[in-house]
Amino acid sequence: MSETVYLTHGRIDLALHTLRADEGPILLLLHGLGEHSPASLPPEYEGWPGAVYALDFTGHGHSTVPRGGGYTAELLQADVDMALAHLGGATLVGRGLGAYVAVLIAGTRPELVQGAILRDGTGLAGGAPGSSPYIGFPEPTQITPPDPFAIAELATDVRPPDYITEFVRLAAEFSNCPRPISVCASERAPWLSAVVAEIGVEATSVEEALKFYAAQIIDK
Amino acid sequence: MTAIDKAPVLFPGARVPDRQRTVEAHGVRLAVYEWGDTKAPPVLLVHGGFDFARTFDVFAPLLADGGYRVVSYDHRGHGNSEHAELYSWQADERDLLMVANSVSPGPFPVVGHSKGGGLLAHIIQALPHRFSRFAAIDGLPFRQNPPDVANRERTAKVREEAVKWLDDRRRAHDMERRPGTPRELAERRAKMNPRLSHEWLEYIVYGGAQQSDDGWRWKLDPSLRMGGFGPWRSRWVTDRLPGFPIPLLGLFGTENEPMGWGVDPEGLRKYLPRNARIEVLQDVGHFIHIERPQQTAELVLEFLNDE
Repeated sequence: MSETVYLTHGRIDLALHTLRADEGPILLLLHGLGEHSPASLPPEYEGWPGAVYALDFTGHGHSTVPRGGGYTAELLQADVDMALAHLGGATLVGRGLGAYVAVLIAGTRPELVQGAILRDGTGLAGGAPGSSPYIGFPEPTQITPPDPFAIAELATDVRPPDYITEFVRLAAEFSNCPRPISVCASERAPWLSAVVAEIGVEATSVEEALKFYAAQIIDK
Repeated sequence: MTAIDKAPVLFPGARVPDRQRTVEAHGVRLAVYEWGDTKAPPVLLVHGGFDFARTFDVFAPLLADGGYRVVSYDHRGHGNSEHAELYSWQADERDLLMVANSVSPGPFPVVGHSKGGGLLAHIIQALPHRFSRFAAIDGLPFRQNPPDVANRERTAKVREEAVKWLDDRRRAHDMERRPGTPRELAERRAKMNPRLSHEWLEYIVYGGAQQSDDGWRWKLDPSLRMGGFGPWRSRWVTDRLPGFPIPLLGLFGTENEPMGWGVDPEGLRKYLPRNARIEVLQDVGHFIHIERPQQTAELVLEFLNDE
């Protein structure tokens, strides 16, 4: 069983799970839309030479389920910021929506993110600016995680490609890491295609990206 | 339904709502107010950001006296509605629809000021069957030309806003409103409402603030922030205005002020359907219905009655 601490984000308690306590560089896993943190260390991260944590986003896993929704990718970015403030910095691995959030935070807090690895996962596609107006209106009789409001709202949250690329540029300019973002996803939502085309982004494998960031941190 | 106590401070023409009730919007309790005959045809008023329904205390009774059951409510985190864990445009829209459901299965007319108009413009585009007519009081988003700045400058601005958003979220759990006397609260509010009289601002203290041991505080959730942060762009609404599905009246003032959106009515006109009506009131700011309640009510009643 992993050890869990709860971090306060406004009126939400966020569950941050320790999958492996260790010295050395910190890896923080961000799940996809509707998912939750893994209960134990996934085999693909066993080679990471340090501690591994996983965060449950608001409304997911063991984190608080708020009343009546109100989710945005920017809110989830602030969830990750709380974890980074607690950990003092980390290399991020994001699945789907977690990958999008990883780019946002890599651009906004470049001093706390030692590389972001973007993986396939749920919630990757998001809404499109050209889609018809739609208001997510779940009518659940009983709310349990994952919050159906999170799924309704974040699956349609519009993510214009030219918005996320601003954050890639910020990461490229202000990060100490020579390659702040690694794209290890096969699905290419429009925003992710735009990310791949930016300077400071490398399309690679998860294994290579993990080795690259571990080496970067240990060399320092 | 409960009656509301009279305000301890009077303001000419102001009338407290005739009835108050609660709508539970997926766990968040919203305060709903009504003026006028319960059997009259309904109209829903939607307030702007950082306001609350009681700021309609002069305007709403004029519509009620014009033959309507006027319904309004406090947005989540505003006025007497509960503070929520999260706030977003979509959550506000869903709350509004929960209040609309409590009024009538529809369609019925709606009036929105500022952000209330922006919410309604989008909701009506998503659910055109729910509403019959829409009056926007400086409440239509405008497609402004993007500022002519270098890419680098724009990226720096994005960074500044994003860092501020995260810094505010880190402090959100222990934010508290500053206490003061009703006069001090009115004076603080005047910074964002510079065209409104002190008498009016002190009157609304009694509708939007509460007293505790160390003084009065606005009820507004201290974790709410001015301005949005995120990718939302007004053109997602304005680009669809040519096909707006119900009759539309847009009221604008000529004077720009802090809470206004800087809409250029002439610039907006080309996005509106031909039958949309635009009225520009001279020497009026963002709070048209508070500065000119009588004239605004006449224009809105004429529009509502023009079936």
